Amino acid sequence: MSSKPLPALSAFARVWDSAGMLLVLAVLFLGCSLGVDNFLTATNLRGLALAVSTIGMVACTMMFCLAAGDFDLSVGSVVAFAGVLGATVMNSTGSVAAGFAAALASGALIGFVNGVFVARLGINALITTLASMQIVRGLGFIASDGRAVGIRTDALFALGNSAWLGVPVPVWLTVGCFALFGVLLNQTIFGRNTLAIGGNKEAAHLAGLPVTRIKIVIFTLQGLVAAFAGLVLAARMTSGQPNTSQGFELEVISACVLGGVSLSGGVARLGAVVAGVLIMGIVQNAMNLLNIPPFYQYVARGCILLAAVMLDRFKQRT
Amino acid sequence: MAAPDYALGFDGLTMEFPGVRALDSVSFGVRAGSVHALMGENGAGKSTLLKILSGAYAPTAGCVRLGGQPKVFASTAEAIAAGVAVIYQELHLVPEMTVAENLLLGRYPRRGAFLDRAALRAEAERLLQLVGEDIDPATRLGRLPLAQRQMVEIAKALGRGARLVAFDEPTSSLSEKETRRLFAIIRDLRDRGHAILYVTHRMDEVFELCDAATVLRDGRHVVTHDALAGVTRDALVKSMVGRELTNVFNHRPRAHVPGGLAVRGLAGPGLRAPVSFDVARGEIIGFFGLVGAGRTELMRLLCGAVPPSGGEVRVHGAVIAGGSPRTAIRAGLVFCPEDRKKEGIIPVRSVAENINLSARRSRLRAGFFLQNDWERDNAAAQIARLGVRTASPATPIRLLSGGNQQKAILARWLSEQVRVVVLDEPTRGIDIGAKSEIYALIQELAAAGASIVIVSSELPEVLGIADRILVMREGVVAAEFSRATATPEAVLHAALPLTVAPA
Repeated sequence: MSSKPLPALSAFARVWDSAGMLLVLAVLFLGCSLGVDNFLTATNLRGLALAVSTIGMVACTMMFCLAAGDFDLSVGSVVAFAGVLGATVMNSTGSVAAGFAAALASGALIGFVNGVFVARLGINALITTLASMQIVRGLGFIASDGRAVGIRTDALFALGNSAWLGVPVPVWLTVGCFALFGVLLNQTIFGRNTLAIGGNKEAAHLAGLPVTRIKIVIFTLQGLVAAFAGLVLAARMTSGQPNTSQGFELEVISACVLGGVSLSGGVARLGAVVAGVLIMGIVQNAMNLLNIPPFYQYVARGCILLAAVMLDRFKQRT
Repeated sequence: MAAPDYALGFDGLTMEFPGVRALDSVSFGVRAGSVHALMGENGAGKSTLLKILSGAYAPTAGCVRLGGQPKVFASTAEAIAAGVAVIYQELHLVPEMTVAENLLLGRYPRRGAFLDRAALRAEAERLLQLVGEDIDPATRLGRLPLAQRQMVEIAKALGRGARLVAFDEPTSSLSEKETRRLFAIIRDLRDRGHAILYVTHRMDEVFELCDAATVLRDGRHVVTHDALAGVTRDALVKSMVGRELTNVFNHRPRAHVPGGLAVRGLAGPGLRAPVSFDVARGEIIGFFGLVGAGRTELMRLLCGAVPPSGGEVRVHGAVIAGGSPRTAIRAGLVFCPEDRKKEGIIPVRSVAENINLSARRSRLRAGFFLQNDWERDNAAAQIARLGVRTASPATPIRLLSGGNQQKAILARWLSEQVRVVVLDEPTRGIDIGAKSEIYALIQELAAAGASIVIVSSELPEVLGIADRILVMREGVVAAEFSRATATPEAVLHAALPLTVAPA
């Protein structure tokens, strides 16, 4: 019976909502092009694109996770573990396919287990994935005895270090992920159901959506894509490194939130997430070019995340 | 009108919500040293009045008078400071804390910067004595039975200097013996000069405990009996229901074809006995009862939101595998929940999304990809058919009025092949214009052969729209009326608890 007066979306809020991050991205890109030496060079832009390729892939599935009202902290560990496992299996069998299969299957399994705990058993996603983050990180160290596992297969080296049309293969793979998950989000019942669950889980359940199943699928996809990103990263580095990508999960979530994905679920746009990923990458890249010491870069990244969360709050109020 | 000798007065109290006038210049007074019953159907305005008294709502017009002085409380803290305590059914206590900590919450005795534990215990013991309870103040509150928690709540109110205590159906979950204890405390408070406002549905309690009674109906003051001598139960019931049935329902006779919905021995949480009933195709059945009578629980079992512990539900002869809304919807049984905001709409999503949410599963390309044409056309067609007033199908549904949100949820289900439509309080908080549109739609659905189950706490609504009425009381189906035999008095009588709280 009680209800507050209806808020009307202002014209500014609507423009901001749909194109705000693209605008920020354009301004940032322009500013860096003009103000930062060596930014607008083919070599630098290629390096920039490569640097964000891993985050970009995982941001696709993290977007689904957040849109459904959950999140996943285990992705950084899965990236490292998949690289180590893939390298180990390739070295022992001599087969790239076997290494891929083992790494992807274990990534999907980790995601599936996360999903079962969160969706079926109702354990908080923070706790569940905090636990699996540590478990999987540990498994990576155990599998490699704490050392980098060098890859001796040329085929994998080609995957990480060749280019097509002047663009490195990992960047193409990231673009492919963006395209695939963009279609999944916007053009399929899976994407719409994900947003509905994040928007109101109880209403989605009463409307007959298979809430538990969809959440488990999302977490499984998340594990699968993180493992794939880990394999590509290992190919670039020509080794599986058990201590890589620490804090990676937070970078991915930052990029998504910067890209307007609501932490309370129900709202996600792929274009904005791409913008969020690129903004993070450009800031990092520009700071490197400007020789800002890494210690300060942490502070800057934290500030950006805070700004992104403030933005999320601001949007919820409008 | 509230004369100065009233300890508590309500003076022209009016409360408006968008589209609804919950209270319409209500005036009456409560004397010090008396227990004053406040009665009325669900939605009569009792809860709103209590919320104004407690400072949770600020009235649109009018005021509360304490000792003749006009007061408008800006917050619950102001009301407490003025000596007003409202004891709700849902107690405002912290189960994890001790009894003493709860009693003195927010005003702990201190010695310097530290908590004075001895003083805390002593003060808690003093307060517990006021309500005659022998509880160790160091007990964790959550370990106490509900009745004792209620006593703690009363003691807490007295500790804050409450001179006016309002109770909101305090006996609804108490046993006979606990009720006696509570009555003794209330009488004791009265004898010590407190003014008591006592909201209840139970006639017997009114005559046993109360000195005076006021009846509200549709937000208006109907009558105040300053003494109850010579007032009969029938007279009170009559003043609660005596309202003209308007013709917004537009009820027409329809053909009833057997074999719509059949419920057999349905059992589960909230029901004290298994429930069986049938609804023919083209029939509208109404469920009436007081809040907490088990109607919503029954509907949630029916639609699979809560897995039943026994019984079966058949739609057109086929048993629904219970326990999930998904299977119910696929069998053609759809459910509009009572709490629209929490369980019906997806607030951040668009009106079109909310409409297409369920039915799109059978309109996909390759079983997976959205058909954009269908998505657009269905949303537009449903919006037009139901007259959903929205700026565009892409508008977030949370920006719509309650009535238009409800129409969008109905549109969600009209996009399906429905056989049974279950509506829990479909017109709650909705303005009269949208109401009559929803009534027309329900009639239309029934005429097209659907079986309709409608739950309502508004007696005129049930009487106006249903072909048959089942009355629930305390977790059981207590009575059944045909449209011809259902008089307001008879239906309300059947819904009211007969005795003082059964043990």
